[in-house]
Amino acid sequence: MSALLLTVFLPLLGMLALIPVTNIAAAGWLNVAFSAATLGAAAALAFQILGAGTMTAHGFHVDAFNVYLVVLTTLVGLTTAVFSRPYMAHVAATRRIKGRRMRVYHTMYQGFLFTMLLALTTNNLGVLWVAVEGATLSTVLLVSFYRTPEAIEAAWKYFILCGVGIALALFGTVLVYFAAQHVLVDPEQGLSWTTLHAQARHLDPTVMSIAFIFLLVGYGTKVGLFPLHSWLPDAHSEGPTPMSAVLSGLLLNVALYAVVRLKVVTDGALAAGERPELAGHLLMGFGLVTFLAAGLFLHRQRDIKRMFSYSSIEHMGLMTFAFGVGHPLATFGALLHMLVHSLTKSAIFVTVGHATHIAGTQSIEHIRGLIRTQPAVGWGLLLGVVAIAGFPPFGVFTSEFLLLSATMHDWPWLTPTLLVGLAVAFAGLFINLHTMVYGKAPEGQKPVKANMLPVAVHLLIVLWLGLSVPPFLARWLDQATLLITGSHLL
Amino acid sequence: MNLSGWLLALIQTTLFVAAAPLFAAWVKALKSRLQNRRGPSLLQPYRDLHKLFHKEVMVAHTASPVFRAAPYIVFSAAILAAMVVPLVAARLPTAAIADVIVLVGFLALGRFFLALAGMDVGTSFGGMGASREMTVSSLAEPATLMAIFTLTMTAHSTNLSTVIAHNLETGLILRPSFLFAFMGLTLVALAETGRIPVDNPATHLELTMIHEAMILEYSGRHLALMEWAAQIKLMLYAVLILNIFLPWGIAADFAPGSLLLGLFAITAKLVILGAALALAETGLAKMRLFRVPQFLNLAFLLALLGMLSQVILEVGA
Amino acid sequence: MNLAQLSLGEQGTLMLSALVLLTSFALLAQARLVACIHVFAWQGALVGLVTALVALTADTPHLYISAALTLALKALLIPWMLHRLVRRLNMHRHVETLMQPTVVLLFGAALVIFSYVVVLPVERIELAATRNILAISLAVVLVGLLMMVVRRQAVTQVIGFMSLENGLFLAAVAATRGMPLVVELGVAFDVLVAAVLFGVFFFQISESIESLNVDRLNRLSETGEDDS
Repeated sequence: MSALLLTVFLPLLGMLALIPVTNIAAAGWLNVAFSAATLGAAAALAFQILGAGTMTAHGFHVDAFNVYLVVLTTLVGLTTAVFSRPYMAHVAATRRIKGRRMRVYHTMYQGFLFTMLLALTTNNLGVLWVAVEGATLSTVLLVSFYRTPEAIEAAWKYFILCGVGIALALFGTVLVYFAAQHVLVDPEQGLSWTTLHAQARHLDPTVMSIAFIFLLVGYGTKVGLFPLHSWLPDAHSEGPTPMSAVLSGLLLNVALYAVVRLKVVTDGALAAGERPELAGHLLMGFGLVTFLAAGLFLHRQRDIKRMFSYSSIEHMGLMTFAFGVGHPLATFGALLHMLVHSLTKSAIFVTVGHATHIAGTQSIEHIRGLIRTQPAVGWGLLLGVVAIAGFPPFGVFTSEFLLLSATMHDWPWLTPTLLVGLAVAFAGLFINLHTMVYGKAPEGQKPVKANMLPVAVHLLIVLWLGLSVPPFLARWLDQATLLITGSHLL
Repeated sequence: MNLSGWLLALIQTTLFVAAAPLFAAWVKALKSRLQNRRGPSLLQPYRDLHKLFHKEVMVAHTASPVFRAAPYIVFSAAILAAMVVPLVAARLPTAAIADVIVLVGFLALGRFFLALAGMDVGTSFGGMGASREMTVSSLAEPATLMAIFTLTMTAHSTNLSTVIAHNLETGLILRPSFLFAFMGLTLVALAETGRIPVDNPATHLELTMIHEAMILEYSGRHLALMEWAAQIKLMLYAVLILNIFLPWGIAADFAPGSLLLGLFAITAKLVILGAALALAETGLAKMRLFRVPQFLNLAFLLALLGMLSQVILEVGA
Repeated sequence: MNLAQLSLGEQGTLMLSALVLLTSFALLAQARLVACIHVFAWQGALVGLVTALVALTADTPHLYISAALTLALKALLIPWMLHRLVRRLNMHRHVETLMQPTVVLLFGAALVIFSYVVVLPVERIELAATRNILAISLAVVLVGLLMMVVRRQAVTQVIGFMSLENGLFLAAVAATRGMPLVVELGVAFDVLVAAVLFGVFFFQISESIESLNVDRLNRLSETGEDDS
């Protein structure tokens, strides 16, 4: 219990502690310290859950599924905080941002982590909504941090689109509560996930299908599903690089988590009805369209961060599709994919941050010869793209292979579509990568002080997972698969 | 053959027609008071009508027989409409023809001949007034019908008497559809009777007149009939709105006591409505003519919302 | 369902919900900015009244707190903040000409019909009044969305967003007799923070593009133009 409370509330403490700190260096170190402490608490919590099983208390509910995401969130939170400390110091120096404005950055960073952890561990659907909305609100000011017209436009678009999406999700939540009121002995428990899951088969199928559609559209906006994705490339490319890393790596996962949790309840409610596969089919449809569309859009991008955000959209589409398939193999693959995608994508964005510092621009045309100027950055980018494109021996290949196997098992005619989409995205990434890494470096391009340690750590973990998934992780994911689909894989 | 019923119907219609100038005078008197003037006395319209009936009729040499016939047709249409609308008692024998669509038809007949008369002589004022009037009424008609259908759907009949009797029997129920229909019908009534903010009944400026433009060429008894018909129309809309939405007091049978109560009730309601109308006319400014379609679209939207509320909130599949 | 069978309080709830729908239509077509803020304040007050009335008829005391919260937040605090912002941005005489208000209003009516059709399959006979208010609140949400799409001014877009939230709140109150208090407090807090952030945003936008016409926020496009 104490591990849980520490995990969730340490970032909140961090946010409050960082409010008065105006010294940029001190704020950076405090940020790292709090993130490290949170990671420690999360690891302790994970040990507790894996040993003792699910824990439900005081409005929180922790099982194998969300504790997995909690550990992932705190891990990436820590490595990004480590990266952000010198990076933002450099940014503050070059763009002449004063310590008082940097306060916003650090406090919102911890606040963002707090809202995400709250969303992951809460048992109450209403609090889940409040936390996801809170995550949006805490990052809005960070996206517009540089105050350029493009950044403000991106932040406005983000605010409005995600706000509207989340509002529709609230309507869905109200409908779920409405459905629960009639069947539960204690109506006050109508928003509690555990109670809803237990009583799912009594919930009215019509209300639940309408509710699920609203919830999918609502939380799906935050996942970046097509056609509700248009805020994503702007928000991820205009904010500071550490922001892009955490938004791509973490927030999308939390939104997908919300969708999957609600899918579990909806499946229970619709199981006896006339269209039991509705939720799964919706997820598959949206996921597939997102995956294909993002792969195509990727080719048209001229800004490096936008290109990688479309890659994020594509992978989220793939994961949504996988969760929609519902087969334990696909779910296991999707869960593994969440992990490797977060790690790889945040590593890529860190490297891209350094690359843009070297080249002085975010435009792909003007970034050249990274490997000659600073080999660490060049190799980091190359390996990162290789990893995210799904090459063995990196972990993304493993999860995509699992997904393809599951699709071939249940939906064989969709497998060629997936393969084509993967190829299209791969082509898009490599066309641009080649010139960026190997091209002729422009005159006067100098290496920058770059901390590539987080990148190395992430890519090593992804490589390890690609070569062999450790048994404890496999068991962990298997427990999560059991919770989601109701059957074991291993 | 219910002789007393028919007699009562005749008396009611006569009362309607006779009281119409009085209602117009009441509104005018209040408006004057609000504008800090003393204003004409309440009997002035009768004196005006009397004067006009004794004056010589001047007809332009370009006028066709329609010009001479129109005042009589318009006045007859107004009287027929007055026969249909229950004033004091609800279940009169004339109720058999008291269908709302018939009522709308009578009003349309009057309006049609009014517009024809306006165009007949060939002056520019008349043509202009006729075209404006037709624009206003073509936009107001859908709103009227929509609001009326909302009311008839509640009572399950298009007969005015049945609607009023139904509302009387069911007592006070807060119906959102009625609220919207009431608002829509009020706006439509303002437009159709030519009051501010759509048309100024006291003006003769080319820029602003609609109804006055159409009757500009008339004189003598023709003018008297046209003016009287306009006053009957005003009272008609007032009584219609009052008796459908606030029917309490109207006589459900023919006993002298309830008839007296009905008379007293309608008088009181008309006094209050007249005051409200005077207040509105004094407080609002007349709209520019190209804004009138927006005004009527608002009326249509309100009527539509009333219909939708009726279906959504009150019927239920 | 016969209206005569409902109690006066439930009839009042239906009536007030219909008035909320009317205010959202009024917001849709209102050209003057300050008048928009006033209509929004009325909408908030009406939603608060509905909450109080439901608290009275359904005997759920914690809804009184919700009603007070709604009144304080949506009818007083947020309109006051918007007013102050508009004054500071020098926009209090601003009039926004709408393109084709008739078409927009008719489309809004079509959205009302659509939301009724969506909610129609929800068959709970004993709560028939509720189903209808659910349709009305979904209509308010969709009309608020339409307002955000149609308007070109940042402030009116935000008012559309807030009226969308009003619709959601109406759904929660009328259909489910209010959410648990914890959730309501959280939602209210989120709304307040969102309003504050919007205020901050208006200044940032106004400083960067010298106006609040969001059509001018068009530097970023799908093809990823180069402007770093």
